[in-house]
Amino acid sequence: MSQLKELTLQGLWKNNPGLVQLLGLCPLLAVTSTITNALGLGLATLLVLLGSNVAVSLVRNHIANEIRIPVFVLIIASLVTVVQLMMNAYTFGLYESLGIFIPLIVTNCAIIGRAEAFASKNAVLPSALDAIMMGLGFLLVLLILGGMREILGQGTLFDGADLLFGSWAKGLRIELFTVDSHFLLAMLPPGAFIGMGLLIALKNVIDNRIKQQNAIEKGSIARARVTGAAQ
Amino acid sequence: MIRVVSKNALALGAVAIFCVAILSVVNQLTAPRISEQKLANKMAILAEVLPGVEINQALLHDCVMVTDEELLGRSEAQTMYRWRKENELAAYVIAATAPAGYSGNIDLIVAIDPNGTVLGTRVLSHQETPGLGDKIESRRSPWILSFSGKSVTEDNAQQWAVRKDGGNFDQFTGATITPRAVVNAVRNAVLFVQQHPELATLTANCPTE
Repeated sequence: MSQLKELTLQGLWKNNPGLVQLLGLCPLLAVTSTITNALGLGLATLLVLLGSNVAVSLVRNHIANEIRIPVFVLIIASLVTVVQLMMNAYTFGLYESLGIFIPLIVTNCAIIGRAEAFASKNAVLPSALDAIMMGLGFLLVLLILGGMREILGQGTLFDGADLLFGSWAKGLRIELFTVDSHFLLAMLPPGAFIGMGLLIALKNVIDNRIKQQNAIEKGSIARARVTGAAQ
Repeated sequence: MIRVVSKNALALGAVAIFCVAILSVVNQLTAPRISEQKLANKMAILAEVLPGVEINQALLHDCVMVTDEELLGRSEAQTMYRWRKENELAAYVIAATAPAGYSGNIDLIVAIDPNGTVLGTRVLSHQETPGLGDKIESRRSPWILSFSGKSVTEDNAQQWAVRKDGGNFDQFTGATITPRAVVNAVRNAVLFVQQHPELATLTANCPTE
């Protein structure tokens, strides 16, 4: 149970692939122009990550150390192709709108990173959990960034959700406000970059608060030293 | 040493074969569904440019590959469908490319009746700036509908331009290049149809997918 808690904490917060490891920035910045795209890519990445962690964990004792990286790459590339074919077959609209970023999941370092750092050293169940939590952490960052950019950029939420879920989802679209001209910065990649920076800063602020809080509770803050002062 | 290397090579080969096997199975399973989706997508687009027309297999099969870099914007062959109403040619549906977009090619589909009147047009794909140039998409702005019913004659060449250039089509705030490119491409597609009356009688020669 404590392992589950630790893995959850690591994936969603302490070691979040988007905010802390800063892995997979290319798709993260490129597709988060709407929350729908973010959700689609996040789910696809989660699926690939889960598959690759389980597969890597299964073969970890049978693969010689020297060839483990090419094997991981093969596994991940195959899984991404499977996901790509599935999306092409069942969510055609989303497949078109995510475009090149689905095959590019292969190059998302978060995936091979987890394979190498966790799945190759742990049993199947913890590896699957790690994948789910890391995937969720990544998905959450994508969603927050996508939501921010969509609201600022075009004043809507869930625009084009029908591409992902089918036509019933047209009703999910929320029009927050209408603007004649969109706020371009939010929609373009530089806006994603700035938004991402703000999110990382926010996370660091929260972390610092918590640290200070803990320090106060322990009573050690009273003896806090001025930075750079003599030891 | 050689033993270890060859053992590793074999293991790697085995993993590769295994992956390929899985992929070919998935490919086999999804292929019919993917081609169905592509077809449905194509039919949905044809239905948009030919309002009120039932899109059927006959229309999809009555298709000619045409090439005209100057008027259709691509050096490769593009598809053109011929819609016949009671065996009478009623419209050409032609794929055209606007090569002068703000960022790259804009692919269009234009339905034109044999006299050269535009029945409808839609953008298939583009990389224009979101929020500015993407108003050429029908789901973002009704602008693309303004082509319907327009025809090209010798006298009205000037009207086939954005307002800034003295024409009849609105440009977008902050984006003139994109609509200008689309207007030119649609006009060129009409000119192509007008200059090639023989298109009506060519044998259908599209490769079947």
